[in-house]
Formats: sequence, structure tokens, C-alpha cells
Amino acid sequence: MDLSFGPEYETFRTEVRRFLKTHGHLSPKTSDLRHESVLNWQRLLIAHGYAARTIPRHYGGAGQTPDILKSYILGEEFAKARVSTGLGGQGISMLVPTLLEVGSEEQRRRFIPPTLTGEMVWCQGYSEPGAGSDLASLRTSAVLDGDEWVVNGQKIWTSTAHIADWIFCLVRTEPDAPKHRGISFLLFEMNTPGIEIRPLVDMTMTRNFNEVFFTDVRVPKDQIVGERGDGWQVANTILKNERDSLADPNQAQARLNGLIELMRTETVDGVRLIDKPEFRDRLMRLQGRVMANRYNDLRNISNRLSGSSEGALARMIVKLQGTELRHDLEGFAIDVMGELGLAYGNNPYLKDKGNWQFNYMFYLGLIIGGGTSQIQKNIISERGLGMPREPRPQAA
Amino acid sequence: MEFGLSEEQRLLQESLRGYLAKHAGLDRVRQFAGDNEARARDLERGLSELGIPALLIDETLGGVGLGALDACVVAETLGYCVTSVAFLANAVMVPRALMLAGTTAQQREWLPKVASGELVVGAALAEAAGARRDAGVRVANGKLDGRSMFVLDFEADAYLVGDASGGLHLVAADTPGLVRRRLETVDRTRPIGELEFNNVAAESLPNADREVQSAVLDVGRVMLAADTLGAAQAMLDQAVAYAKEREQFGRVIASFQAVKHMCAEMAAHLEPTRAFAWYAAHALDEIPEEGHQAACHLKAHLSEVGQFVAKTATEVHGGMGFTDLLGLHYWFKRIGFNRQMLGSPERLREEAAMPHDTRSECQGEI
Repeated sequence: MDLSFGPEYETFRTEVRRFLKTHGHLSPKTSDLRHESVLNWQRLLIAHGYAARTIPRHYGGAGQTPDILKSYILGEEFAKARVSTGLGGQGISMLVPTLLEVGSEEQRRRFIPPTLTGEMVWCQGYSEPGAGSDLASLRTSAVLDGDEWVVNGQKIWTSTAHIADWIFCLVRTEPDAPKHRGISFLLFEMNTPGIEIRPLVDMTMTRNFNEVFFTDVRVPKDQIVGERGDGWQVANTILKNERDSLADPNQAQARLNGLIELMRTETVDGVRLIDKPEFRDRLMRLQGRVMANRYNDLRNISNRLSGSSEGALARMIVKLQGTELRHDLEGFAIDVMGELGLAYGNNPYLKDKGNWQFNYMFYLGLIIGGGTSQIQKNIISERGLGMPREPRPQAA
Repeated sequence: MEFGLSEEQRLLQESLRGYLAKHAGLDRVRQFAGDNEARARDLERGLSELGIPALLIDETLGGVGLGALDACVVAETLGYCVTSVAFLANAVMVPRALMLAGTTAQQREWLPKVASGELVVGAALAEAAGARRDAGVRVANGKLDGRSMFVLDFEADAYLVGDASGGLHLVAADTPGLVRRRLETVDRTRPIGELEFNNVAAESLPNADREVQSAVLDVGRVMLAADTLGAAQAMLDQAVAYAKEREQFGRVIASFQAVKHMCAEMAAHLEPTRAFAWYAAHALDEIPEEGHQAACHLKAHLSEVGQFVAKTATEVHGGMGFTDLLGLHYWFKRIGFNRQMLGSPERLREEAAMPHDTRSECQGEI
């Protein structure tokens, strides 16, 4: 056990802290992806090597060598300072790594630079009404007609579809092939004729999702990533990374610190909630869970650093435990505030912009999205504990 | 950075696991529990040969000179095998107390004998973690009076005794005025009992105070938590293995999602506690300012996870899990024992919420 990061990394940490102290106030306060402050912040982070870290410079990234510890330090320090780590979104977190892995050189040069700076916003067309947990059964079709694909079908849960410039989309191109082999990965513009977007308001009363309908949408033939029929493999090159980013224990720690602040300021009958034993006990339960997740994270990072295969289970449980923890933590903050915790929208008593209530609901969405908790349990029991798959029902 | 066990720690775990699998299987556990054996002398000898009681004792005193994380690995393994042998008090709390509060002469007198297995020393410190009924030990004119309940590693040659004002004392088991009473508990793999002191002569550790008592409790808490981790892991392993064999409705029950999800939930809760236990043990030696909070949190958290695993793993076994035939209950009860000793979860969370002296502020950063 050696928890020291060494002098090189402590220097790096000092630099990051200095940056946050000097520039932290520029961190955007809006969720509007097109806002000037958001784009400026992103550019500043890339220039300092804190965002798009390992993307080569000729694709508009910071061109740094991959370094797990530096990424970890960045996550930790930015969370502690409660400052934005820059643009995320499915374009940056999913499409860019996919293109780096399997895209053509032309695709990389065309799409990666504007995506990193936030000028080109993407949405992801994967799930369909009939293809959720069983994604590979998707039915949106693309048929080659001359030099163009003709796309027909429907996607759902498409976040940012209403503001996106482009979509990366899974479509069935080989209807006669086995379901995992008949899918292709297409890129096309959201202003192409034949695309209809309908907002899907979620329980937070935000338009986080959309339904997207395709009617004879014509897509140039070369806007395919990978080969025809390889779309499932293309999508899976990075799908596994998505799950864990939803459950960062450093964010959970930052929220826990916020919760403690809340309990020190809010009162009932004039007594601070932090001084009420039954509330403190629940706080301490949550703190124990946050600690378990944080140290588990350190173990995972250490194993990635050394390339060790130790701790496979410790990696598999991250999304399940992390999202459940956040939902419980945010929900407890509402209990701390009691009636006040119900405040939402324009309520004059709104605390912390209503983000406890928002996150309580939002994390229920994340428990379901990105592979539901039940799917996670299937993965853990099958791949982690070696239990057999549920037998497929016999055809009638 | 390297967060995890070293090669040496893995080897230690493997050799101990190998020894216990061979000599301390379920039959041996049943024999010990059924006969109400006082001490498993065969296992004591075996563990001495592996250097287990010498683990934390300095090399100059005949020990191996390792740290709390190594002891944590041992505790986990003993829990995995529900082994009935003195360790928690004898090999961990007592050496820690002597190193923190004893004189050099006391260390030289006691520790080599503990290291070699010549002497087993129990720990009467339950009251420092919270006195039940009228228990408590007082010092008057250098003699001990009162009662200490729930003495750990009770079947011993001597005892480390904590008094109500923060002092620590060593008392031989045959000292006049000392009355020993074995107390039966639900967990028959762990002999405990009470000590009654009637004007008993004792050897005091001169540098003992409340903080030392607290540090000795903390290392004990981490060991109890690690023991629960091992015991819960054993229950999960047995549940998965059973589910893969047991057939109902024409297929193994491990193929039913209801059963799979029970097992996945156990693994999801249990696996992160491994890193947590390593961290807390490491903190006791290397990050002392975090040690107390980490130890309290770890034991509280593992007690909850352990209880969930104990219940769920038993359920996966169906009716057989409830019987004595499978012996699964030995692990269930061991986890129950660990939960109450040296502070139940509510008390430990209360403790973790407070820094040492004031009773109003909650710590923000961990």
C-alpha cells in the first residue's frame, strides 16, 4: 500500500489548484451548451491541458500522454472546488473516443476538433421504444439507395436532440443477419429533411430527452463509421466506459460536503439538523458508503495503472453502487429540509437552486439509464460470479 | 501509487488459508463449538508456526514486525474460515497497547512470550467502548475492583484490562481475587466471558490514557470488520456455489434472475468494503489523523453490509440454510458477534460524527 503520488504529481496538483484559484470564477453557471461562458471555459481548459487531455493536438485536443493519476487528480480537485470539468456530453465522451478508435482519418479531422470546442453538438441515437435493455434488437432501418442511405424508424431517450447539430446513430442495414451482426453506425446532420423531434419531458420537468422520428432521411454513403454490419462492435468499443462516468465518487464526496453544510445551516424548532442524532446517524451511514466507493475507486485506478487483472468485481459494481448512492444522498438532503425540501422552480424558499430535489429525481433516471440496475446485476452475477444466463424462452 | 495488497500480503493470506483449509475446516469448527472447548491448542500451535501471534510485534522482541494491514489480511482469513483461535486481543490489541503505553521493560517481558505462543493474553476493554449494566473497573490503591464483561480471547493466561479513567493494566489469570466466568453467546467460535475484580493486584501500563484506549479499540474494530468481510465473503461464495448445484423447476437455481440478483447485490455491497478495510488498516499506521474516523466508519459500514449478506446468503440456501446440517449459521453468528463487539453501528456512527473533544461539530472532509 502506497498512497503517495510522488513529487511529479504533487507539483501537478499544485498547478491545478493554482489554476482553479485564478480562473475558477470563470466556470460557467449555466447549463446552456451554446453559452459563450461555456465555450470560453472549454477553450481555456483545453489550452491548459485539463480537458480533451489525451486527444492529439492535430485533432484539437491537448495532446497529453494518457496519465490515469493526473486525470484522477483533476477529477478530485475540480470536484473539491465545485468547478465544471468542461464539456461532457455524448459527442465528447462517446463519439470522439469511438472515432479515434475506429473512424477514418477524414472523419477524425472533420468531426473531432469542432466537437471538442463545443461548436458541434451531438446526440446519440441508440435506444428505441422496443429496444431498451435489449439494445441489439433495434429496428430503425437504413437501406442503400445509390450513394445514400435511406433511414426510417424511431429513437427514444435522445438527450440534446433538440440542440444537436449531428447524431451518431445505430441502424439496421442487414435485416437478414443475426441481430448483433446487422447493425451499422451512421453519422448525419440533424437538419436533414425527414427528421422530426418531439420533446420528452421527464419527472424533473426538464426537457432532458426527446423522441426522434426518421422518415426517408437521406444520408451520404460515406458517413458510416467502420464497416457495414460492424455497428454493434463500433458502439461497444466505448459503451463500457459510459457506465462508470455516471458514478464518480469524487462528485459524491463533494455532494456529501454540501450536505453537511446544509445540515449546519438548516434548523427545525431552532435546532440545527446536524445536532439531531437521528439525522446525524443517517448522514454517517451515507458517509460510510461514500468512503467505501472512494477507496474502491482508488483500488480500481491502481489496478488500471499497473495493468492488473485483480479486482474485476470491484470495477463491475461502480455504476450500480454509485448511482444508487447518489439517489439516496440527494434524497436524504430533502428529508433534512423537510417541507422546505419540496420547494421547486420559483419557490422563494428554494435552497441551492433546487438541485437536491432535481438530483434526487435525475439520479433515479441514471439508475435506469446507461444499463439499468437490474442489467448491472445480471452483469455482476454472470461475469463476476459465473452464474448462468437465464435460459431463452422456447419458441412457441 | 499502489492501492492494494503487496505480494507478501497475498502470500501470507494464501499460506494461512491453505493451513486453515487443511486443519480448521467445518468439522473442526463443529468440534470446537460442540464440545465448548476452551482453547484449540492444535490451531494455536499451527498459527504460531506461521508467525501469526508474532505479526505486529517488533523483530527485536521476537516478532515479525508487520503492520495493521497485514493483521487485517489475517483477520479476514480467520473470518472466512470462522476459526476459533485467539487473535483479535492477543495478537493485535495487546501488542498495540504495550507498544503505545508500556515501558520497554514491560514490552520485553510480555511481547516475546505472546510472539512465541507461550502466552495468550485476552482483552477486557468492552467498557471503554460502552459499559452495559453496572460493568466497569476502578482502581483504588493500585488494586482493581469491579467487573468487565465481554472479554475478548477470554480463554487466556493473562488479561489486558481497561479501567474507567483511561488506564490499562495487565493481570495474570490466576491472580488472587480475580473471578472468571465464561459467558455463552450465540457465536460458539469465539469464547468470551467476564472478569470480576476483588482488590486484584495488577501491572499498570504507565503511559495509558483515554487516547491510547481509543487507539487500541480502533485497531480491534478494524480487525472485527475484516473478520466480518471474510465471513461474509465465505457466505457469498457458499451461496453462489449452492445455487449453481441446486436444481428446481428443471434447472439450477443460479439461472433464475431472482437468485442471481440476490447474489449480485451481496457482491455489490461487499466488494467495495475490501478497499475500505485496506484503507482503514493502512490509516491506523500511516495516516493517524484519519485512523479513528476510518475505523469507526469501517466497522459500522461492514456491520450493515455483513448483516445483509448473512441474511441474504442464508435465504439463497433455502430451508437448508436454516439447518445445522450445512453449518452456514456459524458464519451468520460470527457476523452477528462482530457487529456488537467494541461498538455497534449506531454507537460507532455517533463516534465518527464527533471529533475528539467537542460534541457539536461534524467533520466535513474525510
